[in-house]
Amino acid sequence: MSSGKDGSVVPDAKGSRAGRYGLRTVALVYLALILVLPVGMVFYRTFENGLQPVLQALGDPETLHALYLTVVIAAVAVPLNTVFGVFCALLMVRRTFPGKSFLSVLIDVPFAVSPVVVGLSLILVYGRTGWLGGWLAENGIRVIFAWPSMVLATIFVSLPFVVREVIPVLQEIGVEQDQAAHTLGATPWQTFWRITLPAIRGGVTYGVILTTARALGEFGAVSIVSGKIAGQTSTLTVHVEERFQQFDLVGAYTSSLVLAVIALVIVLAMTLLRPKEAGS
Amino acid sequence: MASVPSSSSLPAAGTVAARPAPPKVLRRTKVRRSTWLGVGLVMLYLSVIVLIPLAAVAWHAAELGPAAIWRVVSSPDTRAALQLSLYSSLAVAAINAVVGTIIAWVLVRDTFPGKTIVNALIDLPFALPTIVAGLTLLALYGPKGAFGVNLAYTRAAVMLALLFVTLPFVVRSVQPVLMELEREVEEAASALGAHSFTAFRRVVLPSLLPAIVSGAGLSFARAIGEFGSVVLISGNIPFKTQIAPVRIFALIESGDSAGASALAVVLLLISFGVLLALAFVQRWGRKGDE
Repeated sequence: MSSGKDGSVVPDAKGSRAGRYGLRTVALVYLALILVLPVGMVFYRTFENGLQPVLQALGDPETLHALYLTVVIAAVAVPLNTVFGVFCALLMVRRTFPGKSFLSVLIDVPFAVSPVVVGLSLILVYGRTGWLGGWLAENGIRVIFAWPSMVLATIFVSLPFVVREVIPVLQEIGVEQDQAAHTLGATPWQTFWRITLPAIRGGVTYGVILTTARALGEFGAVSIVSGKIAGQTSTLTVHVEERFQQFDLVGAYTSSLVLAVIALVIVLAMTLLRPKEAGS
Repeated sequence: MASVPSSSSLPAAGTVAARPAPPKVLRRTKVRRSTWLGVGLVMLYLSVIVLIPLAAVAWHAAELGPAAIWRVVSSPDTRAALQLSLYSSLAVAAINAVVGTIIAWVLVRDTFPGKTIVNALIDLPFALPTIVAGLTLLALYGPKGAFGVNLAYTRAAVMLALLFVTLPFVVRSVQPVLMELEREVEEAASALGAHSFTAFRRVVLPSLLPAIVSGAGLSFARAIGEFGSVVLISGNIPFKTQIAPVRIFALIESGDSAGASALAVVLLLISFGVLLALAFVQRWGRKGDE
């Protein structure tokens, strides 16, 4: 804020304008090559041979079953992780207990685990020779190569999102309003539904969106435990790979298109609901 | 940081008179029984979903013993896969650190038509399923690609897939820091005669560094475990384009769950190491704020 020497600003501004265009070009070209063109290519390739084959692939019973299974798995995994996430975030922010930072690290563990390792770990617990394999076989319960293991894999990979989105919001709102409600005689349950939940709604919604995106799109972990039985244990992502391996490109691209459209809707929702960058 | 509940001022003198029993909320010294119950429930959920399965992997590897783990990891094809994963993930982290910072810079400091859309598209790799990402890259850079280059089944294709899925990390971690950073400091520096690059290097870069490092670290952790986006475009050729997660997959398919567990433990150790290091970087960044 010292008195600026106006003379030196002019040439500098010109120099930085060239730099700015340069940086803009680098950023946009990179994004085009890595992101926009490839995604655009899916739309192009899907409709390359007209609308008819696409509609046919969409109406294919296996595709429909894969879509159905994908939605069912997400419908189980997302609510469970949402309830867990809100509960866990409340505990982490509002209660004091030893080992809290350790728990915080534990919650992030799924981010650090490769989907393949998630699949392997479930096989080692629930598979034929796994820890619970014998007991499960005796009781005729199928977990691996059936939907329960696919649900477990999906919950695993999408577990941290809600917790991570809700914690900062809870920290920001503080406890004054809850204390006021308590003072006025509200039960903890009433306080939660009427005060806390509305206040953290934004964070919860954003977390749910991220969880849903991950749940619908998980491939590696789910494909390993699914056994890839077409028409039975194929989710939409597994179906894409299976169609591709069968050289049914239209089928693969059509399912990809469905997933890409869902992704674009999710990105739109993320943009509209993005929590304002925590300003001071 | 200041928003963590402070218990000291809670039952203010005036309110105590109005209410018979002072609330027993928030006593620092003793952990409440309901808190233990809550922690128990959280740990139960985490154990069933995450910890017990991972323990099974560790157990399987431990049963082999360190010597056998080493034999698995140092067998030529597994070692080649692990090396490719390490090197390409490091390269991906480095490229993201540079390009991601540039993109964040352009999104914060530049204005051009369509910027809002570009900003929104950054999140696409988080939302797009990895298998679809792999297929789209294959469509553009594969045998019948648009540019006449065929990268399918090469190491370049592995890099491309990893760059796609890790794109958002550095951008999204640098962006908020850059937004908060006072532009005036920079302008003052350049008004005092510093070249814009010098101003960037001396004034802006030091404040961005924790965010860049943390974004690059997350990219690395994501890249080293990535599977879905690579599996179609890399061809999974042993010694050439097979990365470690695909190698684990191959070991599982061939029924060698012990070998798969051994390699899995190595991958887990690497990515836990990175995450722990990042926790320290975050603490360092927060210290910079004060």
